Amino acid sequence: MHPVRKKRLITISAILVIIGAAVGLMLYALQQNINLFYSPSQISEGEAPNNVMIRVGGMVVEGSVNRDPSSLAVQFEVTDYAHAVKIEYKGLLPDLFREGQGIVAQGKLNQDKVLIAQEVLAKHDEKYMPPEIADALDKAKKKAD
Amino acid sequence: MLPEIGHFALILSLFFAVALSFVPILGYVKKHKVLMAYSVPLTHVTSLLVLFSFFILAYSFAIDDFSILYVSQNSNSLLPVAFKLSAVWGGHEGSLLLWVLILCGWASAVAYKGKSLPEDIRALVLATLGMVTTGFLAFLLFTSSPFIRLLPDMPKEGADLNPLLQDVGLIIHPPMLYMGYVGFSVAFAFAIAALISGNLNSSWARWARPWTSVSWAFLTLGIGLGSWWAYYELGWGGWWFWDPVENASFMPWLAGTALIHSLAVTEKRGVFKSWTVLLAIFTFSLSLLGTFLVRSGVLTSVHAFAADPTRGVFILVLLFLFVGGSLLLYAMRAADVKSDVSFGLTGREAGLLINNIVLVTLSLTVLLGTLFPLLFDALDMGKISVGAPYFNTMFSPIALFLMLVMAVGPLLRWNRTKLDTLLKQLIFPLVLSVILTGVTLIWQTFEWITMVSLFVAYWVMLLVLIDWFAKLGNSSAGWLQKARRLPRNYYGMLIAHLGMAVSLIGILFVSVQSQEEMVRMAQNDSVTLSGYEFVFNGVSQVKGPNYVANRANISVFQNGRQVASMEPEKRVYQARTQMMTEASIDAGLFRDLYISLGEQLDETTWGVRVHVKPFVRWIWLGGILMALGGLLSALDKRYRKVSGARI
Repeated sequence: MHPVRKKRLITISAILVIIGAAVGLMLYALQQNINLFYSPSQISEGEAPNNVMIRVGGMVVEGSVNRDPSSLAVQFEVTDYAHAVKIEYKGLLPDLFREGQGIVAQGKLNQDKVLIAQEVLAKHDEKYMPPEIADALDKAKKKAD
Repeated sequence: MLPEIGHFALILSLFFAVALSFVPILGYVKKHKVLMAYSVPLTHVTSLLVLFSFFILAYSFAIDDFSILYVSQNSNSLLPVAFKLSAVWGGHEGSLLLWVLILCGWASAVAYKGKSLPEDIRALVLATLGMVTTGFLAFLLFTSSPFIRLLPDMPKEGADLNPLLQDVGLIIHPPMLYMGYVGFSVAFAFAIAALISGNLNSSWARWARPWTSVSWAFLTLGIGLGSWWAYYELGWGGWWFWDPVENASFMPWLAGTALIHSLAVTEKRGVFKSWTVLLAIFTFSLSLLGTFLVRSGVLTSVHAFAADPTRGVFILVLLFLFVGGSLLLYAMRAADVKSDVSFGLTGREAGLLINNIVLVTLSLTVLLGTLFPLLFDALDMGKISVGAPYFNTMFSPIALFLMLVMAVGPLLRWNRTKLDTLLKQLIFPLVLSVILTGVTLIWQTFEWITMVSLFVAYWVMLLVLIDWFAKLGNSSAGWLQKARRLPRNYYGMLIAHLGMAVSLIGILFVSVQSQEEMVRMAQNDSVTLSGYEFVFNGVSQVKGPNYVANRANISVFQNGRQVASMEPEKRVYQARTQMMTEASIDAGLFRDLYISLGEQLDETTWGVRVHVKPFVRWIWLGGILMALGGLLSALDKRYRKVSGARI
């Protein structure tokens, strides 16, 4: 083969190999790490799978927050005003976690449809509503009408 | 009256920016020297007007003029003065004004420093910057004017600045970040000017290089500051979250890093010409995309406060105009450009090609992860989030590979390297890095990624040193003189590469060896972590200028000796009744102790989060080194000499 062509061939195959590897890795990693969002209504209708990492959001139900007196375990419910989901979490809650406030929790559902959360997120501004929750509330309201 | 004057100045500046976008181009087309020369005064007048209105906004903050909507939303009479001033860029409108101001600053700097550029190039560069300025001034004026008034019933008190933003880090983080982000517009403008004039020889790369390096240095500092701020202010002890807004600044950084390197090749060797132009366009497009993502509120993020659809549409249109327009121009012109020098597979050009491919791949990876949720939502497939594990699995192997190659790159020669000489140079650092890695990790549990990362860190540091010694030569006589004679450009590279290794060490140890515990604590309770004993001494109430706080006192003992007394706080800011965690950090070169106070669980018991974070400072130390490297190489004497000569 002509040396210039050979060089070009090597360069191009090297580029293709790198890009191929990157795309493969990317798709693999994406597949593993997409967390779907479910509203409490979707969960009570059984749309969400058990034992898969998901996100759930809604308003914290007034009077539902229950703390374990001897550890940092805490239990509460979130609602989209149509249905509610129980969430269990162990750890410190974010500053803006409050009853009546919108939060998003990430975790896995167990057999009893209780979300065992690994992370609880509240936004950094008390006026700010996470769009997923706004959307879920909206849908639940439309259904009720 | 003053706000109206500020508003008027801004409107006037829009007119001048429009003139700046057209007059020099007209001059260029007609070969009319005077019209082209107008680019300089037009640039300066636009900048002065924007600066003037910025000062007026800052003054309105200083005197608590709550009749201005933006001031009343983002300030409060009790706010300390420094924060009142930084509140100017605490919200959407003001940050956009700062964005435009910095853009104008860059344009004026080009107008001032570019006296020696060929007249037509300078005219085209300034006109391009004028178009970008026009776009953003229009955006500012039509959708987000900071001077809108609340008259006649103005509020007596402002809503206060978001407590998270009441912080020193936040005073300097946005300006630094924008200096970087927006600074890439200069490289972009040079690329456009080169395309229009068809003058795509290596001189444009030489002109664009120092500007690009300086912007890159600022962006590096800005990202570092953001990470540092998140670390101590958010109270979770994390230093990077792959938050969409972080990604928005990180993507132009990755592309900009590629750009710095490909500009070097284009300048020195005349190859990669059209690729470098494309990369300059790509980098600035990512800056614009970042601005769009942050400012339109399409993404769920810590930073996305505003969600106003008209703003999103406006900036999306701007984005399409700039990216589409420049790509069109590129498509029309790039075919004429031929790189006339070929290069060998073992040359430094090939090394830099790998650098470029990998960095662009990395930025596309981040782009995909950031935009994927938007895409998913747009196709109505549900709401998703892409977690940090995606970015980590993707990023680490590719970045490690990049650094592995990065260390060897400087040893390569242009065009062709003798492989046996190279191998001889590499064998010693290879063996030594393996040994050092083994020694460091001997008492650790085995893990691939840890081992490889540590190896790469040693490898980079050793090769930086070896390259330096090789450049100094063997003659022991006068090596100091020789060291001084090496160009700044070269030292810039060495220091920046060293910075990468330093950051890598920080990232590695923080991810692998951090200890964290969340506990309930009452008076005299204690918890032990990594050999440090934390004793809780109770909580007292304190009052700040615009908040009240519960302040805990915790003594830290190591081997029975007190090493620190720490006071994390839980603050309630009065104007917004917003709660804030103020972490207490005992910083050290080799470890940080980090405590944040959680909720009050009962009368005397509090939730407390304790971290021990080894080597965390190294992450930012590396960032500082990289930025220094960037600045140093921009200060190379070569650019001064060259820009003095006419080409």
